[in-house]
Order: sequence, then C-alpha cells, then structure tokens
Amino acid sequence: MATTTTPRPTQNQPDPRDRRLGRERPIGGGELWLWLFMRISGLILMVLALGHLVIMHLIGTGAERINFGFVAVRWASPFWRTWDWMLLMLALIHGINGLRNITLDYVTRPGLRLAINMTSYVIGFTLMVLGTVIVVTFDPSRWPGAV
Amino acid sequence: MATVRKNKSDYGGLYKGHPGQYSWILHRITGVAIILFLFMHVVDTALIGWGPEAYERVLRAYQNPLIHLLELGLVIAVLYHSINGFKITLIDFFPKLVSHIKGISLATAVVFALTAIPTTVIMLKQTYDLWKA
Repeated sequence: MATTTTPRPTQNQPDPRDRRLGRERPIGGGELWLWLFMRISGLILMVLALGHLVIMHLIGTGAERINFGFVAVRWASPFWRTWDWMLLMLALIHGINGLRNITLDYVTRPGLRLAINMTSYVIGFTLMVLGTVIVVTFDPSRWPGAV
Repeated sequence: MATVRKNKSDYGGLYKGHPGQYSWILHRITGVAIILFLFMHVVDTALIGWGPEAYERVLRAYQNPLIHLLELGLVIAVLYHSINGFKITLIDFFPKLVSHIKGISLATAVVFALTAIPTTVIMLKQTYDLWKA
C-alpha cells in the first residue's frame, strides 16, 4: 500500500507501534485524508453502487428494460439525478485513487509512473466533466415524441 | 547414516499463503476491472445527451447474451469489492477487531455467497431469456 512512514528508532528500545494492533496506515498529510476518503466513499458507494445495480440490473428484465424513455422518467426526479451524479463523482475519485495506489506499488520508474497517473487523472477529470454536464443539462423535451 | 531423501515433503509442498493475501489481490483485480468498465460506462450513458437514437444504438450493442454474462461478472465484482471493502474499513476503523479476523473473514465469505448466489441465478435467467428472444 502507498503509505508514508517514519523511520524506526535506531536504539534497541521497543517500538510502540509493534504493540499496536491493526494494519498500517498513512501517518498524516494528504495520504491520510485519501486513506480516510477511500473508506468513507466506499461506505457511501455501498449504498449508491449496490442500489444502482439492484435497480438497473436485477429488478425485472434488468438492463434489457432500459431505454431513452426509462432514463427520461428516472431523471425527471432530482433525487435520481443527484444519486447518479454522486455515484459518478465518488466512483471516479475512488477508482482513480485506487489506480494511483496500485501504480505506486508496482511502477517504480518515476517517468512511467507519472505518465500512467497523469493519463488516468486526465481520463477521470474528462469523464467527471462530461458526466456532470449530461446529468445537469439533460432535457428530454428536446426530442419530442421520444418518451 | 541417514539417507537424504528428496521427497516433495522435504520442501514443505506448495506455499499456499495467508487467506488475507487472496482477498487483497482479489480486491485489486475487481477494483481495476470496475474502474475500467466505469470509464466506458460514463461515455455510453453520456450518449443520452445526443438523443434517443444515439443512446439506444449503444444500448442495443449491450443487449445480447454474451455481454449479459460479462455484466454478471461485473455485478459479482462490485459485490465482492463492496463486501471485502466493508471488512477492510471495519478493521481499519476498529483495529482491535484484528484478533477476530478469522470470524470476520468467514462472515464476509458467507455474506458474499448469500448475495452472489441469488444474483447469479437472477442474471443467468435474464441471460437465458435474452438467448431465447
């Protein structure tokens, strides 16, 4: 895992961290906030993403029943637009940071690591903008008779 | 004189690792699979902003039995990542629970099985109906 650690004491005295139970975590700074974000967003995503899967993929004929009209009716409600927008943002940030953690573990060449991370940041940012624009501006009345 | 026997048992057999290693690597694999799918899914959903014709053309590409099986894999991946992620969060927020890791891991596996099995049954039935249609 991508973690920041302090050097261990050089003397032969016991390190208090050895007696503490649990897994390693960042000691502070941005990494600690991201560590916390991954867990909090993960808990929220359990509701948003699993709810999304049950509604869109499991009920009735699942994704088969989705069409333009289905989304138009769904997005008539600000509740579902907010749900989908939060799912979009949290899932993208959670996923992009997950990818960053993985490149920190496996990609040691600094240039390559930067290139991979920058690519995923650009893709993630572009999709956040695209998704936000569509969720906010979608107006089915532009296509009369489609619903 | 003792005979040196080069039996399989002399090397202790195959290293099977700690169960936590497997849940850790599965968490990574499912996570990468989900984010790669999400990149594609945001784009296909965004097509709704270009009207019913564009949106329903891409939906039709998804609505066949083979893609439906991939969709089942995706749902199972999200389910696993969620339940295992909940276990990670629980242990990280309450580190004393580490001493109950075996019970928690077993509970995680049971919850995963109890949700994954009905999900698979439902989605395989949908796939079968798609196949027949």
